Amino acid sequence: MESTIGLSGADRSEVSAFGLSRVTVYRIVSILFLFGLWEIGGLVPISVAFPTFSDTMIAMFEMIMDGRMILAYADTIKPLLIGVAISAGFGVTLGVAMGLNRRFQWFWEPIFVVLQAAPVAALIPLITYIYGIGLAAKIVAVIMLALPIIVLNAYKAVRNASTSLVQMCHSFQGTRLQQIWKVIIPNASPVIFAGLRLGVAAGFIGVILAELLITPTGIGDLITYHRSVAEYAEMYAAVFSVIAFSAVTVGLLERAETRFFRPEKKVGR
Amino acid sequence: MPTALQSVSRAAEAANLPATGNIVEVRDITKFYGADVHALEKVNLGIPVGQMTTFLGPSGCGKTTLLKIIAGLLEPTEGEILVKGVPVSGPGPERAFVFQDFALLPWATVLRNVAFGLELRKDSKTMREEVARHYIEEVGLSGFEQKYPHELSGGMRQRVGLARALAVNAEVLLMDEPFSAVDEQTRRKFQEDLLRLLTVEKKTVIFVTHSIEEAVYLSDQIVLLSPRPGRIHSIIRPEIRRDVSPDEIRRDKNYLDHVEEIWQNLRKYLE
Repeated sequence: MESTIGLSGADRSEVSAFGLSRVTVYRIVSILFLFGLWEIGGLVPISVAFPTFSDTMIAMFEMIMDGRMILAYADTIKPLLIGVAISAGFGVTLGVAMGLNRRFQWFWEPIFVVLQAAPVAALIPLITYIYGIGLAAKIVAVIMLALPIIVLNAYKAVRNASTSLVQMCHSFQGTRLQQIWKVIIPNASPVIFAGLRLGVAAGFIGVILAELLITPTGIGDLITYHRSVAEYAEMYAAVFSVIAFSAVTVGLLERAETRFFRPEKKVGR
Repeated sequence: MPTALQSVSRAAEAANLPATGNIVEVRDITKFYGADVHALEKVNLGIPVGQMTTFLGPSGCGKTTLLKIIAGLLEPTEGEILVKGVPVSGPGPERAFVFQDFALLPWATVLRNVAFGLELRKDSKTMREEVARHYIEEVGLSGFEQKYPHELSGGMRQRVGLARALAVNAEVLLMDEPFSAVDEQTRRKFQEDLLRLLTVEKKTVIFVTHSIEEAVYLSDQIVLLSPRPGRIHSIIRPEIRRDVSPDEIRRDKNYLDHVEEIWQNLRKYLE
Protein backbone atom coordinates (compact mmCIF):
# COMPACT_ATOMS: atom_id res chain seq x y z
CA MET A 1 0.00 0.00 0.00
CA GLU A 2 3.01 2.32 0.20
CA SER A 3 2.77 3.58 -3.36
CA THR A 4 -0.98 4.01 -3.73
CA ILE A 5 -2.78 7.32 -3.70
CA GLY A 6 -3.39 8.60 -0.17
CA LEU A 7 -6.95 8.37 1.05
CA SER A 8 -8.18 5.02 -0.17
CA GLY A 9 -10.33 2.93 2.12
CA ALA A 10 -7.57 0.49 2.94
CA ASP A 11 -5.30 3.24 4.24
CA ARG A 12 -7.68 4.04 7.03
CA SER A 13 -7.39 0.70 8.66
CA GLU A 14 -3.67 0.56 8.12
CA VAL A 15 -1.93 0.16 11.43
CA SER A 16 1.09 2.32 12.20
CA ALA A 17 3.09 2.89 15.42
CA PHE A 18 1.48 2.13 18.83
CA GLY A 19 -1.39 0.28 17.19
CA LEU A 20 -2.92 3.56 15.93
CA SER A 21 -4.09 3.99 12.36
CA ARG A 22 -1.98 6.22 10.13
CA VAL A 23 -4.76 8.82 9.85
CA THR A 24 -5.01 9.07 13.65
CA VAL A 25 -1.25 9.52 13.93
CA TYR A 26 -1.28 12.38 11.43
CA ARG A 27 -4.19 14.02 13.22
CA ILE A 28 -2.42 13.84 16.56
CA VAL A 29 0.77 15.25 15.03
CA SER A 30 -1.26 18.10 13.47
CA ILE A 31 -2.80 19.02 16.84
CA LEU A 32 0.54 18.73 18.68
CA PHE A 33 2.14 20.99 16.04
CA LEU A 34 -0.50 23.65 16.64
CA PHE A 35 -0.14 23.47 20.43
CA GLY A 36 3.66 23.56 20.05
CA LEU A 37 3.45 26.79 18.03
CA TRP A 38 1.16 28.22 20.70
CA GLU A 39 3.60 27.27 23.48
CA ILE A 40 6.51 28.88 21.61
CA GLY A 41 4.41 31.99 20.84
CA GLY A 42 3.63 32.33 24.54
CA LEU A 43 7.28 31.83 25.59
CA VAL A 44 8.64 34.48 23.18
CA PRO A 45 6.29 36.22 24.25
CA ILE A 46 4.32 37.73 21.39
CA SER A 47 2.52 39.91 23.91
CA VAL A 48 2.07 39.98 27.68
CA ALA A 49 -1.58 39.26 26.97
CA PHE A 50 -0.70 35.94 25.23
CA PRO A 51 -0.17 33.07 27.68
CA THR A 52 1.57 29.80 26.81
CA PHE A 53 -0.42 26.68 26.02
CA SER A 54 0.64 25.00 29.26
CA ASP A 55 -0.38 27.98 31.42
CA THR A 56 -3.73 28.03 29.65
CA MET A 57 -4.27 24.30 30.29
CA ILE A 58 -3.37 24.71 33.98
CA ALA A 59 -5.81 27.61 34.26
CA MET A 60 -8.50 25.57 32.54
CA PHE A 61 -7.93 22.63 34.88
CA GLU A 62 -8.26 24.92 37.92
CA MET A 63 -11.41 26.52 36.55
CA ILE A 64 -12.98 23.14 35.97
CA MET A 65 -11.97 21.87 39.41
CA ASP A 66 -13.30 24.87 41.34
CA GLY A 67 -16.55 24.72 39.34
CA ARG A 68 -16.38 28.16 37.74
CA MET A 69 -16.27 26.80 34.22
CA ILE A 70 -18.97 24.23 34.84
CA LEU A 71 -21.31 26.89 36.23
CA ALA A 72 -20.53 29.12 33.27
CA TYR A 73 -21.36 26.32 30.82
CA ALA A 74 -24.62 25.64 32.61
CA ASP A 75 -25.52 29.24 31.74
CA THR A 76 -24.30 29.11 28.15
CA ILE A 77 -25.56 25.70 27.10
CA LYS A 78 -29.27 26.32 27.65
CA PRO A 79 -29.75 29.12 25.08
CA LEU A 80 -27.33 27.36 22.76
CA LEU A 81 -29.24 24.06 22.83
CA ILE A 82 -32.63 25.72 22.47
CA GLY A 83 -31.40 28.00 19.68
CA VAL A 84 -29.65 25.23 17.77
CA ALA A 85 -32.61 22.87 18.17
CA ILE A 86 -35.01 25.49 16.80
CA SER A 87 -32.63 26.39 13.96
CA ALA A 88 -32.04 22.75 13.03
CA GLY A 89 -35.68 21.66 13.15
CA PHE A 90 -37.14 24.75 11.51
CA GLY A 91 -34.15 25.33 9.23
CA VAL A 92 -33.99 21.83 7.73
CA THR A 93 -37.77 21.68 7.29
CA LEU A 94 -37.93 25.07 5.63
CA GLY A 95 -34.84 24.42 3.51
CA VAL A 96 -36.21 21.08 2.27
CA ALA A 97 -39.57 22.71 1.53
CA MET A 98 -37.81 25.46 -0.44
CA GLY A 99 -35.93 22.84 -2.42
CA LEU A 100 -39.12 20.97 -3.26
CA ASN A 101 -41.39 23.94 -3.97
CA ARG A 102 -40.55 26.94 -6.15
CA ARG A 103 -43.01 29.28 -4.44
CA PHE A 104 -41.46 28.61 -1.06
CA GLN A 105 -38.08 29.22 -2.58
CA TRP A 106 -39.06 32.53 -4.20
CA PHE A 107 -40.53 33.81 -0.95
CA TRP A 108 -37.88 32.74 1.56
CA GLU A 109 -34.63 32.75 -0.37
CA PRO A 110 -34.09 36.57 -0.42
CA ILE A 111 -34.75 36.81 3.32
CA PHE A 112 -32.11 34.24 4.21
CA VAL A 113 -29.57 35.44 1.67
CA VAL A 114 -29.81 38.93 3.21
CA LEU A 115 -29.58 37.50 6.74
CA GLN A 116 -26.53 35.45 5.83
CA ALA A 117 -24.81 38.42 4.22
CA ALA A 118 -25.68 40.85 7.03
CA PRO A 119 -23.08 41.67 9.71
CA VAL A 120 -25.14 40.00 12.42
CA ALA A 121 -22.68 40.91 15.18
CA ALA A 122 -23.58 44.56 14.59
CA LEU A 123 -27.27 43.74 14.88
CA ILE A 124 -27.03 41.74 18.09
CA PRO A 125 -27.18 44.77 20.43
CA LEU A 126 -30.48 45.66 18.73
CA ILE A 127 -31.95 42.40 20.04
CA THR A 128 -31.98 43.89 23.55
CA TYR A 129 -34.52 46.50 22.44
CA ILE A 130 -36.97 43.72 21.69
CA TYR A 131 -36.01 40.77 23.85
CA GLY A 132 -34.28 42.47 26.78
CA ILE A 133 -31.22 40.83 28.31
CA GLY A 134 -32.54 37.43 29.33
CA LEU A 135 -32.57 33.95 27.90
CA ALA A 136 -34.74 34.95 24.93
CA ALA A 137 -32.17 37.47 23.69
CA LYS A 138 -29.42 34.83 23.71
CA ILE A 139 -31.62 32.32 21.89
CA VAL A 140 -32.46 34.90 19.23
CA ALA A 141 -28.74 35.61 18.75
CA VAL A 142 -28.03 31.89 18.25
CA ILE A 143 -30.88 31.56 15.74
CA MET A 144 -29.84 34.65 13.79
CA LEU A 145 -26.42 33.14 13.16
CA ALA A 146 -27.31 29.47 12.78
CA LEU A 147 -30.58 29.52 10.86
CA PRO A 148 -29.58 31.10 7.50
CA ILE A 149 -26.70 28.68 6.96
CA ILE A 150 -28.84 25.65 7.80
CA VAL A 151 -31.75 26.79 5.61
CA LEU A 152 -29.63 27.69 2.58
CA ASN A 153 -27.61 24.47 2.72
CA ALA A 154 -30.70 22.27 3.06
CA TYR A 155 -32.37 24.12 0.21
CA LYS A 156 -29.41 23.83 -2.13
CA ALA A 157 -28.91 20.16 -1.26
CA VAL A 158 -32.50 19.30 -2.12
CA ARG A 159 -32.58 21.46 -5.23
CA ASN A 160 -29.49 19.67 -6.58
CA ALA A 161 -30.85 16.18 -5.88
CA SER A 162 -29.75 13.69 -8.52
CA THR A 163 -32.30 13.82 -11.36
CA SER A 164 -31.28 10.34 -12.39
CA LEU A 165 -32.17 8.87 -8.97
CA VAL A 166 -35.45 10.80 -8.90
CA GLN A 167 -36.29 9.44 -12.35
CA MET A 168 -35.35 5.94 -11.22
CA CYS A 169 -37.75 6.20 -8.29
CA HIS A 170 -40.48 7.45 -10.64
CA SER A 171 -39.88 4.61 -13.10
CA PHE A 172 -40.46 2.07 -10.31
CA GLN A 173 -43.74 3.85 -9.51
CA GLY A 174 -42.54 5.46 -6.29
CA THR A 175 -45.00 8.01 -4.88
CA ARG A 176 -43.97 11.62 -4.32
CA LEU A 177 -43.59 10.93 -0.58
CA GLN A 178 -41.40 7.87 -1.21
CA GLN A 179 -39.37 9.95 -3.63
CA ILE A 180 -38.78 12.60 -0.95
CA TRP A 181 -38.05 10.21 1.95
CA LYS A 182 -36.24 7.39 0.21
CA VAL A 183 -34.30 9.30 -2.44
CA ILE A 184 -34.17 13.09 -2.18
CA ILE A 185 -33.47 13.45 1.55
CA PRO A 186 -30.80 10.72 1.87
CA ASN A 187 -29.26 12.07 -1.33
CA ALA A 188 -29.19 15.58 0.15
CA SER A 189 -28.12 14.53 3.65
CA PRO A 190 -24.35 15.14 3.25
CA VAL A 191 -24.96 18.79 2.34
CA ILE A 192 -27.76 19.17 4.88
CA PHE A 193 -25.42 17.88 7.58
CA ALA A 194 -22.60 20.11 6.36
CA GLY A 195 -25.05 22.99 6.89
CA LEU A 196 -25.96 21.69 10.34
CA ARG A 197 -22.29 21.50 11.35
CA LEU A 198 -21.65 25.04 10.11
CA GLY A 199 -24.89 26.13 11.77
CA VAL A 200 -23.92 24.65 15.14
CA ALA A 201 -20.50 26.32 14.92
CA ALA A 202 -22.24 29.60 14.06
CA GLY A 203 -24.61 29.05 17.00
CA PHE A 204 -21.58 28.92 19.34
CA ILE A 205 -20.43 32.24 17.90
CA GLY A 206 -23.95 33.63 18.41
CA VAL A 207 -24.20 32.65 22.06
CA ILE A 208 -20.70 33.93 22.89
CA LEU A 209 -21.38 37.21 21.04
CA ALA A 210 -24.61 37.61 23.00
CA GLU A 211 -22.76 37.00 26.26
CA LEU A 212 -20.04 39.47 25.32
CA LEU A 213 -22.33 42.16 23.91
CA ILE A 214 -25.67 41.84 25.72
CA THR A 215 -25.63 40.00 29.03
CA PRO A 216 -22.34 39.27 30.77
CA THR A 217 -23.11 35.70 31.82
CA GLY A 218 -21.76 32.22 31.18
CA ILE A 219 -18.61 31.69 29.18
CA GLY A 220 -18.81 35.15 27.63
CA ASP A 221 -18.68 36.59 31.15
CA LEU A 222 -15.64 34.44 32.03
CA ILE A 223 -13.85 35.85 28.98
CA THR A 224 -14.82 39.47 29.71
CA TYR A 225 -14.08 39.25 33.44
CA HIS A 226 -10.63 37.65 33.12
CA ARG A 227 -9.66 40.08 30.40
CA SER A 228 -10.68 43.04 32.59
CA VAL A 229 -8.52 41.80 35.48
CA ALA A 230 -5.67 40.82 33.14
CA GLU A 231 -5.79 37.08 33.94
CA TYR A 232 -5.00 36.11 30.40
CA ALA A 233 -4.40 32.42 30.99
CA GLU A 234 -7.94 32.12 32.40
CA MET A 235 -9.34 34.18 29.56
CA TYR A 236 -7.70 31.97 26.94
CA ALA A 237 -8.79 28.87 28.84
CA ALA A 238 -12.39 30.00 28.45
CA VAL A 239 -11.89 30.68 24.73
CA PHE A 240 -10.13 27.34 24.27
CA SER A 241 -12.90 25.45 26.02
CA VAL A 242 -15.47 26.94 23.62
CA ILE A 243 -13.45 25.86 20.60
CA ALA A 244 -12.93 22.36 21.99
CA PHE A 245 -16.59 22.00 22.92
CA SER A 246 -17.71 23.21 19.51
CA ALA A 247 -15.32 20.87 17.69
CA VAL A 248 -16.50 17.85 19.69
CA THR A 249 -20.16 18.68 19.02
CA VAL A 250 -19.52 19.05 15.30
CA GLY A 251 -17.63 15.74 15.29
CA LEU A 252 -20.54 13.98 17.02
CA LEU A 253 -22.91 15.36 14.38
CA GLU A 254 -20.74 13.88 11.67
CA ARG A 255 -20.93 10.48 13.36
CA ALA A 256 -24.69 10.71 13.66
CA GLU A 257 -24.93 11.42 9.95
CA THR A 258 -22.80 8.42 8.97
CA ARG A 259 -24.69 6.21 11.40
CA PHE A 260 -28.22 7.10 10.32
CA PHE A 261 -28.08 8.40 6.75
CA ARG A 262 -24.93 7.44 4.89
CA PRO A 263 -23.70 4.04 6.12
CA GLU A 264 -21.60 3.62 2.96
CA LYS A 265 -19.17 6.26 4.23
CA LYS A 266 -18.04 3.89 6.96
CA VAL A 267 -16.65 1.64 4.26
CA GLY A 268 -14.58 4.52 2.94
CA ARG A 269 -14.41 6.10 -0.47
CA MET B 1 -38.42 -26.10 -34.70
CA PRO B 2 -41.09 -23.35 -34.63
CA THR B 3 -40.49 -20.23 -36.66
CA ALA B 4 -40.07 -16.89 -34.94
CA LEU B 5 -43.51 -15.73 -36.07
CA GLN B 6 -45.24 -18.83 -34.73
CA SER B 7 -43.61 -18.42 -31.37
CA VAL B 8 -44.67 -14.76 -31.30
CA SER B 9 -48.32 -15.58 -31.96
CA ARG B 10 -48.28 -18.34 -29.37
CA ALA B 11 -46.74 -16.01 -26.78
CA ALA B 12 -49.30 -13.39 -27.76
CA GLU B 13 -52.17 -15.76 -27.02
CA ALA B 14 -50.66 -16.69 -23.69
CA ALA B 15 -50.18 -13.07 -22.64
CA ASN B 16 -53.66 -12.07 -23.81
CA LEU B 17 -52.34 -9.59 -26.35
CA PRO B 18 -53.83 -8.00 -29.47
CA ALA B 19 -53.65 -10.26 -32.53
CA THR B 20 -50.56 -8.42 -33.81
CA GLY B 21 -48.47 -10.03 -31.07
CA ASN B 22 -47.14 -6.62 -30.10
CA ILE B 23 -46.88 -6.04 -26.36
CA VAL B 24 -46.07 -2.36 -26.93
CA GLU B 25 -47.53 -0.17 -29.70
CA VAL B 26 -46.03 3.22 -30.51
CA ARG B 27 -48.63 5.37 -32.29
CA ASP B 28 -47.85 8.64 -34.07
CA ILE B 29 -45.40 9.75 -31.42
CA THR B 30 -44.11 13.28 -31.93
CA LYS B 31 -41.90 15.03 -29.42
CA PHE B 32 -40.75 18.64 -29.21
CA TYR B 33 -38.39 19.92 -26.52
CA GLY B 34 -39.46 23.53 -26.05
CA ALA B 35 -40.56 25.26 -29.26
CA ASP B 36 -37.74 24.45 -31.62
CA VAL B 37 -36.04 21.14 -30.76
CA HIS B 38 -37.89 18.56 -32.80
CA ALA B 39 -36.82 15.20 -31.37
CA LEU B 40 -39.31 12.76 -32.91
CA GLU B 41 -41.72 12.98 -35.84
CA LYS B 42 -44.73 10.64 -36.13
CA VAL B 43 -43.07 7.42 -35.06
CA ASN B 44 -45.19 4.27 -35.48
CA LEU B 45 -43.85 0.96 -34.26
CA GLY B 46 -44.83 -2.39 -32.82
CA ILE B 47 -42.71 -4.23 -30.27
CA PRO B 48 -43.26 -8.01 -30.56
CA VAL B 49 -43.66 -9.87 -27.29
CA GLY B 50 -40.81 -12.01 -26.04
CA GLN B 51 -38.26 -10.49 -28.42
CA MET B 52 -35.33 -8.13 -28.28
CA THR B 53 -35.88 -4.86 -30.14
CA THR B 54 -33.04 -2.39 -30.51
CA PHE B 55 -33.23 1.32 -31.26
CA LEU B 56 -30.13 2.20 -33.22
CA GLY B 57 -29.03 5.47 -34.71
CA PRO B 58 -26.58 8.35 -34.58
CA SER B 59 -26.74 10.81 -31.67
CA GLY B 60 -29.65 13.21 -31.99
CA CYS B 61 -31.99 10.65 -33.57
CA GLY B 62 -34.20 10.60 -30.47
CA LYS B 63 -33.67 6.95 -29.52
CA THR B 64 -33.38 7.61 -25.79
CA THR B 65 -36.30 10.05 -25.98
CA LEU B 66 -38.44 7.36 -27.60
CA LEU B 67 -37.44 4.83 -24.93
CA LYS B 68 -38.25 7.27 -22.11
CA ILE B 69 -41.63 8.03 -23.70
CA ILE B 70 -42.38 4.29 -23.79
CA ALA B 71 -41.24 4.10 -20.15
CA GLY B 72 -43.62 6.92 -19.24
CA LEU B 73 -40.75 9.07 -17.98
CA LEU B 74 -41.34 11.67 -20.72
CA GLU B 75 -44.63 12.98 -22.10
CA PRO B 76 -44.99 12.84 -25.88
CA THR B 77 -46.12 16.06 -27.55
CA GLU B 78 -48.51 14.02 -29.71
CA GLY B 79 -49.45 10.38 -30.08
CA GLU B 80 -49.90 7.55 -27.62
CA ILE B 81 -48.24 4.44 -26.23
CA LEU B 82 -50.25 1.24 -25.82
CA VAL B 83 -49.06 -1.52 -23.53
CA LYS B 84 -51.00 -4.76 -24.04
CA GLY B 85 -53.55 -2.74 -26.01
CA VAL B 86 -54.16 -0.19 -23.26
CA PRO B 87 -52.98 3.45 -23.55
CA VAL B 88 -50.61 4.40 -20.74
CA SER B 89 -49.50 7.70 -19.25
CA GLY B 90 -46.60 7.35 -16.88
CA PRO B 91 -44.58 4.35 -15.63
CA GLY B 92 -46.33 1.07 -14.83
CA PRO B 93 -45.60 -2.31 -13.28
CA GLU B 94 -45.38 -4.05 -16.66
CA ARG B 95 -42.28 -2.02 -17.62
CA ALA B 96 -38.91 -1.78 -15.84
CA PHE B 97 -36.06 0.56 -16.75
CA VAL B 98 -32.30 -0.01 -16.74
CA PHE B 99 -30.44 3.30 -16.66
CA GLN B 100 -27.39 4.34 -18.62
CA ASP B 101 -25.74 5.80 -15.49
CA PHE B 102 -26.98 2.84 -13.36
CA ALA B 103 -28.95 5.15 -10.99
CA LEU B 104 -28.09 3.14 -7.88
CA LEU B 105 -28.65 4.54 -4.40
CA PRO B 106 -25.09 5.15 -3.15
CA TRP B 107 -26.17 4.81 0.49
CA ALA B 108 -27.84 1.43 0.00
CA THR B 109 -26.25 -2.01 -0.23
CA VAL B 110 -26.50 -4.13 -3.37
CA LEU B 111 -29.27 -6.10 -1.65
CA ARG B 112 -31.36 -3.02 -0.90
CA ASN B 113 -30.72 -1.52 -4.34
CA VAL B 114 -31.93 -4.68 -6.07
CA ALA B 115 -34.96 -4.84 -3.77
CA PHE B 116 -35.72 -1.12 -4.16
CA GLY B 117 -38.53 -1.56 -6.71
CA LEU B 118 -40.22 -4.01 -4.35
CA GLU B 119 -39.57 -1.72 -1.37
CA LEU B 120 -41.49 1.03 -3.20
CA ARG B 121 -44.35 -1.46 -3.66
CA LYS B 122 -44.29 -2.04 0.11
CA ASP B 123 -43.52 -5.75 -0.12
CA SER B 124 -42.41 -7.23 3.21
CA LYS B 125 -38.70 -7.12 3.95
CA THR B 126 -38.21 -10.90 4.04
CA MET B 127 -40.07 -11.37 0.78
CA ARG B 128 -38.30 -8.66 -1.16
CA GLU B 129 -34.88 -9.74 0.09
CA GLU B 130 -35.58 -13.31 -0.94
CA VAL B 131 -36.48 -12.14 -4.46
CA ALA B 132 -33.49 -9.80 -4.56
CA ARG B 133 -31.08 -12.57 -3.54
CA HIS B 134 -32.40 -14.73 -6.35
CA TYR B 135 -31.74 -12.07 -9.00
CA ILE B 136 -28.38 -11.10 -7.51
CA GLU B 137 -27.41 -14.70 -8.11
CA GLU B 138 -28.88 -14.68 -11.63
CA VAL B 139 -26.73 -11.72 -12.67
CA GLY B 140 -23.65 -13.29 -11.10
CA LEU B 141 -23.18 -11.06 -8.06
CA SER B 142 -23.55 -13.61 -5.24
CA GLY B 143 -21.36 -12.65 -2.31
CA PHE B 144 -21.70 -8.92 -3.01
CA GLU B 145 -25.09 -8.46 -1.30
CA GLN B 146 -23.72 -6.27 1.49
CA LYS B 147 -21.38 -4.17 -0.67
CA TYR B 148 -22.10 -0.54 -1.55
CA PRO B 149 -22.14 0.67 -5.18
CA HIS B 150 -18.86 2.58 -4.86
CA GLU B 151 -17.12 -0.69 -4.00
CA LEU B 152 -18.15 -2.25 -7.33
CA SER B 153 -16.78 -1.86 -10.86
CA GLY B 154 -18.88 -0.21 -13.59
CA GLY B 155 -19.89 -3.55 -15.05
CA MET B 156 -20.94 -4.91 -11.66
CA ARG B 157 -22.98 -1.76 -10.97
CA GLN B 158 -24.90 -2.28 -14.17
CA ARG B 159 -25.57 -5.88 -13.14
CA VAL B 160 -27.16 -4.45 -10.01
CA GLY B 161 -29.27 -2.16 -12.22
CA LEU B 162 -30.34 -5.14 -14.30
CA ALA B 163 -31.14 -7.27 -11.24
CA ARG B 164 -33.28 -4.44 -9.85
CA ALA B 165 -35.27 -4.30 -13.10
CA LEU B 166 -35.68 -8.10 -13.16
CA ALA B 167 -36.75 -8.22 -9.52
CA VAL B 168 -40.02 -6.34 -10.11
CA ASN B 169 -40.95 -9.05 -12.63
CA ALA B 170 -42.05 -6.67 -15.37
CA GLU B 171 -42.77 -8.15 -18.79
CA VAL B 172 -40.93 -5.43 -20.66
CA LEU B 173 -37.34 -4.42 -19.90
CA LEU B 174 -36.32 -0.98 -21.16
CA MET B 175 -32.55 -0.61 -21.38
CA ASP B 176 -31.02 2.79 -22.12
CA GLU B 177 -27.47 2.27 -23.47
CA PRO B 178 -26.81 0.04 -20.47
CA PHE B 179 -23.29 -0.92 -21.51
CA SER B 180 -22.02 2.44 -22.74
CA ALA B 181 -20.29 3.22 -19.44
CA VAL B 182 -18.36 -0.08 -19.23
CA ASP B 183 -15.25 -1.18 -21.08
CA GLU B 184 -15.34 -3.32 -24.24
CA GLN B 185 -14.40 -6.66 -22.65
CA THR B 186 -16.98 -6.25 -19.90
CA ARG B 187 -19.48 -5.19 -22.51
CA ARG B 188 -19.07 -8.38 -24.58
CA LYS B 189 -19.31 -10.58 -21.51
CA PHE B 190 -22.38 -8.65 -20.42
CA GLN B 191 -24.05 -9.07 -23.84
CA GLU B 192 -23.52 -12.83 -23.73
CA ASP B 193 -24.82 -13.03 -20.17
CA LEU B 194 -27.84 -10.94 -21.11
CA LEU B 195 -28.78 -13.27 -23.98
CA ARG B 196 -28.39 -16.31 -21.73
CA LEU B 197 -30.46 -14.65 -19.01
CA LEU B 198 -33.23 -13.78 -21.46
CA THR B 199 -33.62 -17.39 -22.56
CA VAL B 200 -34.48 -18.13 -18.91
CA GLU B 201 -36.47 -15.00 -18.09
CA LYS B 202 -38.52 -14.69 -21.31
CA LYS B 203 -38.81 -10.91 -21.30
CA THR B 204 -39.56 -8.45 -24.03
CA VAL B 205 -36.58 -6.12 -24.22
CA ILE B 206 -36.28 -2.70 -25.79
CA PHE B 207 -32.65 -1.75 -25.96
CA VAL B 208 -31.09 1.57 -26.97
CA THR B 209 -27.58 1.54 -28.35
CA HIS B 210 -25.30 3.43 -30.68
CA SER B 211 -23.19 0.33 -31.36
CA ILE B 212 -24.05 -1.42 -34.64
CA GLU B 213 -22.30 -4.65 -33.58
CA GLU B 214 -24.16 -4.71 -30.31
CA ALA B 215 -27.49 -4.20 -32.06
CA VAL B 216 -26.92 -6.96 -34.63
CA TYR B 217 -25.51 -9.34 -32.04
CA LEU B 218 -28.40 -8.96 -29.60
CA SER B 219 -31.50 -8.16 -31.61
CA ASP B 220 -34.43 -9.95 -33.12
CA GLN B 221 -35.54 -6.61 -34.52
CA ILE B 222 -33.45 -3.48 -35.16
CA VAL B 223 -35.21 -0.15 -35.51
CA LEU B 224 -32.92 2.18 -37.40
CA LEU B 225 -33.65 5.83 -36.62
CA SER B 226 -32.59 8.84 -38.66
CA PRO B 227 -31.88 12.18 -36.99
CA ARG B 228 -33.38 15.70 -36.84
CA PRO B 229 -36.19 15.00 -36.38
CA GLY B 230 -36.05 11.36 -35.32
CA ARG B 231 -37.91 9.11 -37.76
CA ILE B 232 -37.87 5.40 -38.46
CA HIS B 233 -35.41 4.84 -41.30
CA SER B 234 -35.94 1.10 -41.60
CA ILE B 235 -36.60 -2.02 -39.57
CA ILE B 236 -34.20 -4.91 -39.90
CA ARG B 237 -34.59 -8.47 -38.63
CA PRO B 238 -31.08 -9.93 -38.64
CA GLU B 239 -32.20 -13.56 -37.91
CA ILE B 240 -28.93 -14.42 -36.20
CA ARG B 241 -28.49 -18.10 -35.34
CA ARG B 242 -28.57 -18.53 -31.60
CA ASP B 243 -27.48 -22.16 -31.47
CA VAL B 244 -23.78 -21.42 -31.97
CA SER B 245 -21.16 -19.90 -29.69
CA PRO B 246 -20.82 -16.10 -29.33
CA ASP B 247 -17.47 -16.13 -31.11
CA GLU B 248 -18.92 -18.02 -34.07
CA ILE B 249 -21.75 -15.49 -34.28
CA ARG B 250 -19.22 -12.66 -34.45
CA ARG B 251 -17.54 -14.37 -37.42
CA ASP B 252 -20.80 -15.38 -39.10
CA LYS B 253 -21.32 -13.99 -42.64
CA ASN B 254 -24.94 -13.07 -42.00
CA TYR B 255 -23.87 -11.13 -38.89
CA LEU B 256 -21.09 -9.28 -40.71
CA ASP B 257 -23.33 -8.47 -43.70
CA HIS B 258 -25.92 -6.89 -41.45
CA VAL B 259 -23.29 -4.83 -39.66
CA GLU B 260 -22.03 -3.60 -43.04
CA GLU B 261 -25.51 -2.87 -44.39
CA ILE B 262 -26.45 -0.81 -41.33
CA TRP B 263 -23.16 1.07 -41.48
CA GLN B 264 -23.83 1.97 -45.14
CA ASN B 265 -27.28 3.23 -44.13
CA LEU B 266 -26.02 5.30 -41.23
CA ARG B 267 -22.87 6.81 -42.67
CA LYS B 268 -24.71 9.35 -44.81
CA TYR B 269 -25.92 11.06 -41.61
CA LEU B 270 -22.35 11.63 -40.54
CA GLU B 271 -21.33 13.53 -43.65
